[in-house]
Amino acid sequence: MALQDKYKPLVDTAKASGVSNLQVREQDAVLYIDGVAPSGSVKDQLWDIYGRIDPNFLSGDVVMNINVASAVAGAKVKVTTDSSNLNIRKGPGTDQPLAGKAAHGEVVTLISKANDQWWLVRTDAGVEGYGYAQYLTPVE
Amino acid sequence: MKRKLRGLLQVSVYVAIASLWLFSCKPKITDQDIEAKIQSNSALSHLSATVKDGVVTLTGECKDEMEKSSCEAAVKSIAGVKQVVNNLTVAPPPAPVEIAADDPLTKGVTDALKDFPGVMATVKDGVITVTGETTSADWKKIKMSLDGLRPKKVDPSGLKIK
Repeated sequence: MALQDKYKPLVDTAKASGVSNLQVREQDAVLYIDGVAPSGSVKDQLWDIYGRIDPNFLSGDVVMNINVASAVAGAKVKVTTDSSNLNIRKGPGTDQPLAGKAAHGEVVTLISKANDQWWLVRTDAGVEGYGYAQYLTPVE
Repeated sequence: MKRKLRGLLQVSVYVAIASLWLFSCKPKITDQDIEAKIQSNSALSHLSATVKDGVVTLTGECKDEMEKSSCEAAVKSIAGVKQVVNNLTVAPPPAPVEIAADDPLTKGVTDALKDFPGVMATVKDGVITVTGETTSADWKKIKMSLDGLRPKKVDPSGLKIK
């Protein structure tokens, strides 16, 4: 229970901000926090609180997997790379050949999710393929 | 005959006085009083309780057997409670955390680190051990991706933050 106490502000905020399917489990000295945030800003807020309790996430005692509810099939998602274009691949993996690129800042359509990491998207130019979800942010 | 009647009358007067004394000195605790006591106890307020003639029936979900018996004991200790019917249920233990196998984890780690050439990672028994050097902002992005792969643990003790 010690970890639940250490990360209590994080778990309390997750509960208070409407994270659904929230699961908080402590196993082998690691606290696993899973859930679906109602928006990207709630997810960001949770990561900020986590970073305040454990600066630079260096303790290795939490695995936090928070998805965003608005990232559903048909939604518009924006390419949020640092500055470069996003590779759109023919399959879900960096070992897969390129199908094309989506520009930094471009808004594309989320068709489906292969998994939490790879989302099938279509650009307005008609390129269809898998983009890395970390660089795709639902437009809210 | 007359004396017998007088004796009987005397006895009944005594009984009446005695019972009056008994009831007047002992304030009667109503079911509502018991209910209020239960509701004002924060350890019990998440449960539902019905009270009838001093018999309390508890329903609701406890997180474990210990809570189930401590709630019963707390209700029993309330004045006026004659009996507790403990219909509390215990929540099933949470499902164990699913940990991804090393093969998909390794593939996921490769994808996650592709854009961060200064950072390396190995995977063994679900544990991702991260080494190398990166910025605080980039490490946050990496950590967010790695945590999404369902690892057992992300161990960054060998990582240097610039």
